[in-house]
Amino acid sequence: MIPLWMYLVVAAGLFVIGMFGVLSRRNAIAILMGIELMLNAVNVNLVAFWRYQTPTKLSGQAFAAFVFAVAAAEAAVGLALIIGIYRRKRSVIADDVNLLKW
Amino acid sequence: MNVNWFSADYLPWLILFFPLLSFVIIVLGTIRNVVASQVVAIAGIGISWVLSMILFAKAVWLADETLGEHVYGSAIDWLHLGANTFRMGVQVDPLTAYMLLMVPLASLLIFIYSAGYMHGDPHEARFFAYLSLFVGAMLTLVVADNLLMLFIGWEVMGFCSYSLIGFWFHKKSAMEAGVKAFMTTRVADVLMLVGIGYLFIMTGRMEDGPGFTLSFQDILRNEEMLKFLVNAQSVIWGTSAATLISVLLITGTVGKSSQFPLHVWLPDAMEGPTPVSAMIHAATMVSAGVYMIVRMFPLLSAGANFHHFEYNTAMYYMGIVGSVTALGAAVLAVGQSDIKRILAYSTISQLGYMVAALGIGAWVAAAFHLVNHAFFKALLFMASGSVIHAMEHGEHHAAEHGHPHEHHEEPDGLVMDYCAPPNDVNRMGGLLHRIPITAITMAIGGLSLAGFPLVTAGFWSKDEIIAEAWHGGLWNDPYPLFVLIMLLLGALLTAFYTARMWFLAFWGKPRTPAAQYAGPGWLRDRWVKWWNKQPFSGEDKLEQEHADPVTNRSAMLMEIPLMVLSFFAITGGWIGIHKDIVGKNPLHDFLAPTLLEHPEVVPFDFTPMLVSMIVALGGLGLGWWLYGRKPLAAGQTDPTEAALGPGIWKMLQNRLYIDILYRNYIVRPLERAAEKIVVEGIDRDTIDASLESIAEAAIWLGEAFKRFNTVVIDGFVDTTVEGIGSFAGWFRQIQTGRIQQYLLFVTLALLALGTLFLIQVR
Repeated sequence: MIPLWMYLVVAAGLFVIGMFGVLSRRNAIAILMGIELMLNAVNVNLVAFWRYQTPTKLSGQAFAAFVFAVAAAEAAVGLALIIGIYRRKRSVIADDVNLLKW
Repeated sequence: MNVNWFSADYLPWLILFFPLLSFVIIVLGTIRNVVASQVVAIAGIGISWVLSMILFAKAVWLADETLGEHVYGSAIDWLHLGANTFRMGVQVDPLTAYMLLMVPLASLLIFIYSAGYMHGDPHEARFFAYLSLFVGAMLTLVVADNLLMLFIGWEVMGFCSYSLIGFWFHKKSAMEAGVKAFMTTRVADVLMLVGIGYLFIMTGRMEDGPGFTLSFQDILRNEEMLKFLVNAQSVIWGTSAATLISVLLITGTVGKSSQFPLHVWLPDAMEGPTPVSAMIHAATMVSAGVYMIVRMFPLLSAGANFHHFEYNTAMYYMGIVGSVTALGAAVLAVGQSDIKRILAYSTISQLGYMVAALGIGAWVAAAFHLVNHAFFKALLFMASGSVIHAMEHGEHHAAEHGHPHEHHEEPDGLVMDYCAPPNDVNRMGGLLHRIPITAITMAIGGLSLAGFPLVTAGFWSKDEIIAEAWHGGLWNDPYPLFVLIMLLLGALLTAFYTARMWFLAFWGKPRTPAAQYAGPGWLRDRWVKWWNKQPFSGEDKLEQEHADPVTNRSAMLMEIPLMVLSFFAITGGWIGIHKDIVGKNPLHDFLAPTLLEHPEVVPFDFTPMLVSMIVALGGLGLGWWLYGRKPLAAGQTDPTEAALGPGIWKMLQNRLYIDILYRNYIVRPLERAAEKIVVEGIDRDTIDASLESIAEAAIWLGEAFKRFNTVVIDGFVDTTVEGIGSFAGWFRQIQTGRIQQYLLFVTLALLALGTLFLIQVR
């Protein structure tokens, strides 16, 4: 068997890359991509733990399915927000949406 | 209370009450209605006069010689002082009765005269109010049975004299004169009050005595009391209590009766209306001063034996002051141009006679002269008022007849040698033909004043004083001799200035247009024309159109009192003729019992009578020679002025500079001292300054609190707030609106928390 910690490292790596993307990408859609990556990394973590800790219970799989669904919905909503913002500001750069500031 | 108000014991209360009631009624009620005020005032004094006459009749015909001992009178308990009770009351003894013969009658006549004189004056009602108060005060003084009540009347009269002299208060000179009168008499009154107080204390110290008292019966008719006062040592080493008290009381008279050196107020008091002069300076107020020392004579002469020519300090004081005043004022009267001022100095001089008389022990003579003088001096003043009115009328009349109104510059305030044009004797002349009744009555008064032999009242009373002085001077005692010489010289000058006054006013030809047309009214003009034997002509119709019946009535109101007083100026003396001439001296017999020690009758000596006759006739003759034989023409210099020379004449006109001396060395320095010390020093710099510094301290404290509040409290709060504000201003910059930044913080926070969590777990 492949040790658990390898899956965790992969998930962590994915998460960190996604985090980096969220924090550093200008384009809002790219940030959303980063968020997707983080969600998927979490999913990997979830599945790994299911397979190695409680393989007989179904709740692990169900949890992962939840995350998928939520991620999809959230991506849709996010994109809708971005489209709405674009219609207003003609720009998808995250930094331009800074009206709620001091 | 079971009181029979018409009995002689209670009548005096009514006598003093009615004029005071008139005063109250006028002030509170009829002050806007002149006629009502006149009626009330004259009714008040009229009732008092009637009651006085009743009382006088009772005193003269129903009482016997014991009236001095068993006086009529009644008193009330006024003030409880421990063991004693101070009683205030009235008494009628022969002296009081004699005063009651004169005062109400003269006052009543003056009231009637005032109704005529003050006609048309806008403040006539106020005049009658003051006059009523004045008479009430005088009557209080006359019927008082103790020194305190006398003093109350004295002081009220002082106030009334101030109000009446300054009656025309818009005129600065009148106001100044009123203040001058009040202040001068006040100085004397304070000393008198000290004397009264001291007397009160001393009476209480006598063992087995009546205790603290000021009652006349207890002091003046009490042999032991007088002896005690003479023997008691006063606070001044070397003098007895009686001497000190007497000197202080006499000083009161020096002020009130205008003796040297406090005589300065009386000539300026002529600023008041003439009835005031007649009232105050003839009949009543100045008489009150003399009355007081006449009344207090037993105390003043205690310890002296003047029948044997031993006198005491008080008597020397009276004698010297009186005779100096008598002569000095007579000298000054010679140099006056204002008819009223001549009479004013004459009054001062005659009062000097009375004071000097008491100084040598001539008690009955002093009282006698007091009453006679009141009659003829009131007459003279009222006649002079009539003259002045006539001259003022003449001024207007002259303007109508084409003579231009002369413009007279009136000085602002009192000026010593200023003479108002209507009063100026030099502008008169020939008034005998214009106002004959006034001229004749004034002649009668003048003769009485000069002491025209045998016929007039003034002769008998003045002669009695001179006789007593002669009697003392015969024994070559220097003091009565001194008094005698002064009084004789004074008598000579008196006759002279009286003649001068009369001739300059009434004799010869008129010297100015005002004198030419002097005199009011159509009725008078007709009478005057009959007197001058001029035919009536069409011009009378013109005069008739000018006629003013009211002026005529006021003229009549002025003349009737003149005629009544003339009668008394002549006959008043006949009751006091020496008993060696006519067998009985009714006045002496009546008055003598007032004193415990009946005054001795000086044996009759024809020599002094002859001397005083010569003096009187000599003075009158000199006056006639200078002014009657060749009456003064217009523009001519006064012969007396020519004789004396301009230097001395100016000195007399300026009243020997005594007034100016007082003003420059006493009044002005006092005013300046008051200004500097009291107003500026004490009031402004001390009292106001201390109040202001308290206020400043309060304000400083307030400011301090304010600053504390602003700096500390507010500052603390403001700094805190500002601090929070500036921190918040800085801190809010964390909210950039950039999502990625927020996410970065979240990430970092999560990392930190995670690390902490891990460490904790470890």
